[in-house]
Amino acid sequence: MIKRDLMAALWLVFLGSLLGMTQATAQTPEARGLEIAQEVNHRDTGFGDYQVDMEMLLRNQHGDESLRYMRSRVMEVSGDGDKSMIIFDRPRDVKGTALLTYTHKSEPDDQWLYLPALKRVKRIASRNKSGPFMGSEFAYEDLTSQEVEKYTYRFLQETELNGQPMFLIERYPVDENSGYKKQQVWINQVEYRAEKIDFYDRKESLLKTLVFQDYHQYLGQYWRSGEMVMQNHQTGKSTVLTWKNFQFRNGFTESDFKKNALKRAK
Amino acid sequence: MLLQFFDLVLQRRWLVVLISILLVVLTASGTRFLTFSNDYRMFFSEDNPQLQAFEALQNTYNKTDNVLFVLTPPDGDVFNRETLSTVEWLTEQAWRIPYSLRVDSISNFQYTSADGDDLLVRDLLEDADQFTDAQLAEARRIATNEPLLVNRLISPSGDVTGVNVTIQLPGKSLTEVPEVAAFVRNLAAEVMERTDIDVRLTGVVMMNNAFPEESKKDMSTLYPLMFVLILIIVGVMLRSFSATIVTALMIFLTILITVGLSGWAGIKITPPTTSVPVMVMTLAVADSVHILVNFFHYMTQGKSQYEAMFESLRINFTPILLTTMTTAIGFLSLNFSDAPPFRDLGNMAAVGVVIAFILSMTLLPAVVMLLPIKPRKTAAIGEVTMQRFAEFVVRRRNLLMWGMAGFILLLLAQLPRNELNDVFVKYFDESITFRADTDYAGERLTGIYLLEYSLPAPAEGSVTDPEFLQHVENFANWYREQPGVMHVNVITDVMKRLNKNLHADDPAWYRLPEDKELAAQYLLLYEFSLPFGLDLNNQIDIKKSATRMMVTMQSVSTEELLALERSVQDWLGQHVPEYMQTSGTGSTIMFANIGHRNIRSMLQGTTVALILISAILIIALRSLRIGVISIVPNLVPIGMAFGLWGIFVGEVGLALSVVSGMTLGIVVDDTVHFLSKYLRARREQGLSPEDAVRYAFSTVGTALWVTSLVLVCGFGILALSNFELNSGMGLLTAITIAFALVADFLFLPTLLMKYGVSKHD
Repeated sequence: MIKRDLMAALWLVFLGSLLGMTQATAQTPEARGLEIAQEVNHRDTGFGDYQVDMEMLLRNQHGDESLRYMRSRVMEVSGDGDKSMIIFDRPRDVKGTALLTYTHKSEPDDQWLYLPALKRVKRIASRNKSGPFMGSEFAYEDLTSQEVEKYTYRFLQETELNGQPMFLIERYPVDENSGYKKQQVWINQVEYRAEKIDFYDRKESLLKTLVFQDYHQYLGQYWRSGEMVMQNHQTGKSTVLTWKNFQFRNGFTESDFKKNALKRAK
Repeated sequence: MLLQFFDLVLQRRWLVVLISILLVVLTASGTRFLTFSNDYRMFFSEDNPQLQAFEALQNTYNKTDNVLFVLTPPDGDVFNRETLSTVEWLTEQAWRIPYSLRVDSISNFQYTSADGDDLLVRDLLEDADQFTDAQLAEARRIATNEPLLVNRLISPSGDVTGVNVTIQLPGKSLTEVPEVAAFVRNLAAEVMERTDIDVRLTGVVMMNNAFPEESKKDMSTLYPLMFVLILIIVGVMLRSFSATIVTALMIFLTILITVGLSGWAGIKITPPTTSVPVMVMTLAVADSVHILVNFFHYMTQGKSQYEAMFESLRINFTPILLTTMTTAIGFLSLNFSDAPPFRDLGNMAAVGVVIAFILSMTLLPAVVMLLPIKPRKTAAIGEVTMQRFAEFVVRRRNLLMWGMAGFILLLLAQLPRNELNDVFVKYFDESITFRADTDYAGERLTGIYLLEYSLPAPAEGSVTDPEFLQHVENFANWYREQPGVMHVNVITDVMKRLNKNLHADDPAWYRLPEDKELAAQYLLLYEFSLPFGLDLNNQIDIKKSATRMMVTMQSVSTEELLALERSVQDWLGQHVPEYMQTSGTGSTIMFANIGHRNIRSMLQGTTVALILISAILIIALRSLRIGVISIVPNLVPIGMAFGLWGIFVGEVGLALSVVSGMTLGIVVDDTVHFLSKYLRARREQGLSPEDAVRYAFSTVGTALWVTSLVLVCGFGILALSNFELNSGMGLLTAITIAFALVADFLFLPTLLMKYGVSKHD
């Protein structure tokens, strides 16, 4: 009787320790993917705000090229997604047009566009905003603040890119209106910044590849890519997005990102 | 030397067989490289200007290769919950089609409306299975009044609807097209299983897929048929089982080597080249028959197997070489064609006839020597008939000459009745599902024929310029009034709708924005609201310096289409500024021009072939006068055939443009045989022209009509092809060969008797 109890107890201890060990070492790929995404987010937290000039070079398969110029202001919001404003400078016919976005962690983003020709602010009333940004190969969802909650994750493997150690993770958009089924992201193991993203469309074919180049560190912590190259593999079109003149800590306030601030944005 | 060669072949028969087997194995192994082309662009050479223009347009915007699902609900009404939710489901599923870029249907149509002060952009149908009757009526009202949808994705009465999938094939592998076809067929089958909705499939990708599919069907019916026909003809003519088997073997090996060599040469199988084996079989059988007929003839005269074959080879070598050369030259003239498949056809067939010649001079005699062949009585079929016929021709020569001349002129006068027509869907005959479904789509929903215009704006970024937009709208409106136009897809319809939406849906604002900036900003707002894949990049280029307008046409003839494009050019010239001038492009325009281009190039090809062949005849016959006379029966049959075609069919196109060059080399054979016998009688026996004609008839008359019969049957079999390309080509060639026989029997002798005498002959 006692012997049997002892045996049962021993078994329990053994099984328990086995369970504990599994938890400690064999983390699920989903959990590990999420952990990496959280670390990426964590390291980019606290920048406050920044403004930057953007230049987009569009290319089609025929070899034509076209330039777009815009400026962006971003303000970090604790507890929710960032707020941003993009002011368009060129093409000239959309000069002064400004896009205000409140990103949210779980709900769809709110967006307003100011049309100077109409002198009116219009809300973008569509649940489905995955079209091309300014005719480029970037979709708005590629450029917006990459909140952790917008995807679910899965760690794939540790790998190398350009001789540097990477985490390769897969992430799946939560928004069913996303243009993508999944994305594969190469994350720098040292700096926890994305180096490359492969975008897969709804039929899970490789659609686009985004490569982040020319990284610079600001305020001793925050990495920003100076050149993002997006190649569409299906249409042969490509876009090079260049970021210039990053300025951090401009002291932006909530009122700089109000709807009526759009009209003043020049 | 030649005789030594024959001796070697007949003595070392096993060696010949061995070498032949080795050769067959080596060449036939090339068949593994053979692939079926499944891209309609195969008909265009890389330097074809219409193809280049189309490629440029597609590289600027996007591709327009597509699959169109045509959905017909049983009750004749699309706007019920079941059908609409099926369209919704299918639209969703269609994004999973391999290489799909974009899916358009009435369900994901981006419907815009005013929402207070804002622009609401949404899918026209969402959860249609939950729709109230009022929502159904609303969906019908919107869809059947939307210029972007009516006659493109919904019929005006709302009884048929379509789901259009834009496909961009990487073009790296030949499995891409069948992959797409299999996927969309599964989807269609699934819809038909779940509902009573009838689903049909059309579009460029389905057409591309039909090329190899129908080629394979053609091969599996026409090749065996041809083979059986040959066995029958040879069996009847030679009345020898072993000879028939030998001939069949010969022909089989000829085809194997020809096709194998094509594989080595990297030629892709296209509808025109699928007809090559039938042609080569037809032409190869003549070589074998000539040799075997003479062989049996000498055997019955009591010669040994060796002597009989040796003699047969000796007397047949020159005429067969000569006819092989002229036939090959005729086929090689197809290299002048602008359409690569016809160049391939010409080269393959030319190689084929040469192979047939080589094998009938080597393997055929060697194998015959290996078989125990008993001498047989081969009755001279129809010799008496031929003599009577000769008498008739000699006696009635004047009547015949003038009668024939009149008949020829009468047929030649019908030539202008032929109209150029290359409507690519009609390359397939009506028994083919793709053709039937495409015709159905054209009658009930929309056409497959697209004309595309890239309209240039005055400068970069000025696509929203009000003046420019006004011109674009005028052009589109003018186009909509043209006959045969089903739909015009143009950016100004979007602009007008947005203008209305942004003015609280006030119908009075359904007009073009009057301010360039405003228009550009509307578009920007609209673009920010669009879902993945449904952007405007297929309508506005990245420099915002041009817009694409797409015109969907009913099935119209090439002449009508070219006339339309001419009036387009006139209209543009008169109504829009210099910078906006542009010409139409697209597969429809490419095919509309292919006939003209090929006829022009083939005219050169045929001329070159005619000169070469006539030169060969003059040299071989050693008579300039007779050589010149021979041009008449060589050329006239082609003209007569086209004249007859003009009366009964009246449509010619790409495939028929190559017939003249091709048949020239074939019909010349009859003339060669007739003239060589005629001249032999004149020169060696010193006979008068009349008696020489009698002699020619009695010696080669039977052979000529029999071989002509074989040729007519062989090319006639091509008329059974599922491809109008091949069936038209086969039929016209058969007619030409029949006329050639008529000309050689009824016209050439009368010319010889009248003009064939000169002091030198």
